[in-house]
Amino acid sequence: MKLTDLFADGRFVITSEVAPPKGTDVGEMIENAEALKTRVSAINITDQQSSVMRLGSLAASRMLKSRGIEPIFQLTCRDRNRIALQSDLLSAWSLGIENVLCLTGDHVSLGDFPEAKPVFDLDSVSLLATATHLNEGKDLGGNELEGHPDFCLGAVVTPGADPVEPQLIKMEKKIVAGAGFFQTQAVFDAEAFAHFMERARPLGVPVMAGIILLKSPGMARFMNANVAGVHVPDALIDKMAATSKEDRPATSIAIAARLIREVKEVCQGVHIMPLGWEARVPAVLEAAGV
Amino acid sequence: MLVTKRKPIEELMGFVSGENSVFVLGCDGCAAASGTGGEPEIRELAGQLEERGLTVAGWKVVDFLCQKALVRSVLIPHAETIDGVDSIIVSTCGIGVQAVATVFDKAVHPACDTISLGGMRGEWSGEERCAECGQCFLDVTAGICPLTACAKQLVNGPCGGAKDGACEVEPESRRCAWDVIYERLERQGRLDVLRRSPLQIKDYARMQPPAELRGTRTWAIDIRETEDVVQ
Repeated sequence: MKLTDLFADGRFVITSEVAPPKGTDVGEMIENAEALKTRVSAINITDQQSSVMRLGSLAASRMLKSRGIEPIFQLTCRDRNRIALQSDLLSAWSLGIENVLCLTGDHVSLGDFPEAKPVFDLDSVSLLATATHLNEGKDLGGNELEGHPDFCLGAVVTPGADPVEPQLIKMEKKIVAGAGFFQTQAVFDAEAFAHFMERARPLGVPVMAGIILLKSPGMARFMNANVAGVHVPDALIDKMAATSKEDRPATSIAIAARLIREVKEVCQGVHIMPLGWEARVPAVLEAAGV
Repeated sequence: MLVTKRKPIEELMGFVSGENSVFVLGCDGCAAASGTGGEPEIRELAGQLEERGLTVAGWKVVDFLCQKALVRSVLIPHAETIDGVDSIIVSTCGIGVQAVATVFDKAVHPACDTISLGGMRGEWSGEERCAECGQCFLDVTAGICPLTACAKQLVNGPCGGAKDGACEVEPESRRCAWDVIYERLERQGRLDVLRRSPLQIKDYARMQPPAELRGTRTWAIDIRETEDVVQ
């Protein structure tokens, strides 16, 4: 199933994500994916997020596919040159994976192997262009393929970046290179997101707003201080701070549900990043009425 | 020493399409030695540009274009002329192009590719760095090289990792290269340069020293120095 087919049907598309384990015990990842399975159309599998070495996203994508869960294979340029990227894409298609999210990837300095050689032979834009070549039956060098994939390609954008103009310019380049949908960095301010969508809508490609479940006021403050392009408004931080620890999940669910209702008016889907609260996602979607 | 090779004139004409007048700069340092930036080459280049209908409002060969203080002092008498042209064509290495782009708030076009010397780099005093990639694209990056200034060496625009204009890798000491590129282009009213720049995919094979360079004087000096060890 291709994500773009769902958008074509005019559906408000919901995706979420799981992270492969550091090690070979995939039990928790599968459990998390199963908790989301009936409520989302597809699940992203992160590719060693924050540059922390983990089990690979390709193997994990296949594991989900085997369980009847539609995977969105996240592929970054941090650890693979253009030969490995193309090879992994061919492998993914041969394993039944249809959706790929093409990313540049975090810098190695953020992870647990800061001494590693960062690759970045290609970047998100040229990776999309490369995957489009493969879809058309040729590799990046123009060599003919014996059998070729037909991926649905996705990309990311940061609506809260300041300035946002370079993000929009790059978004256009990603579309030209073959991006068929976008998932965004976490959105907490529906009004600011609506302004972004006024600029993004004319580009004509579906956008899914990123939703992170707030766990505590401390988490919100941490993101504001450290995560690029993410801004949790004070009103939400105050609301979490005024809530007792036991009631926080309920408040968090209410905040996320309200955000989803608000962004639903201006975009084509939501991508929920539960960060450990996978089991609470169904309640969020229930409360949001989606 | 940095070795440069003149880009084909057609590529250069693509850079200046839509422009009417230019100022041409050469460099009497490494570029003169490379046969790309000395006075004879600059006269020839100016002639080629004029033949193709461009007004060359002026030209100058500076001793070392990599030295910003020198660039500034030598070009002060030409400031008015430079202010009046559409762009500056700089026929030297990637450092010289970036230095000129820092000194003048103007569009700069690189006339050369900087050829890899495989590590035998020259010395310079500024913050500009050249990766000797052999495919100079400073034309579309406001004269700032993301191969050396961006931690991820991104050539098609910024990642999402910069916060308040700072690079995520070294937020205290490093600005996001693409933020600086954006800021400069916006100030110059040239954001369309970013919008219409074609997809960049670097040919990393060109970051190796070319075979024909291995027999040149630059390499010979190094080999002689190695052989001349005191017994």
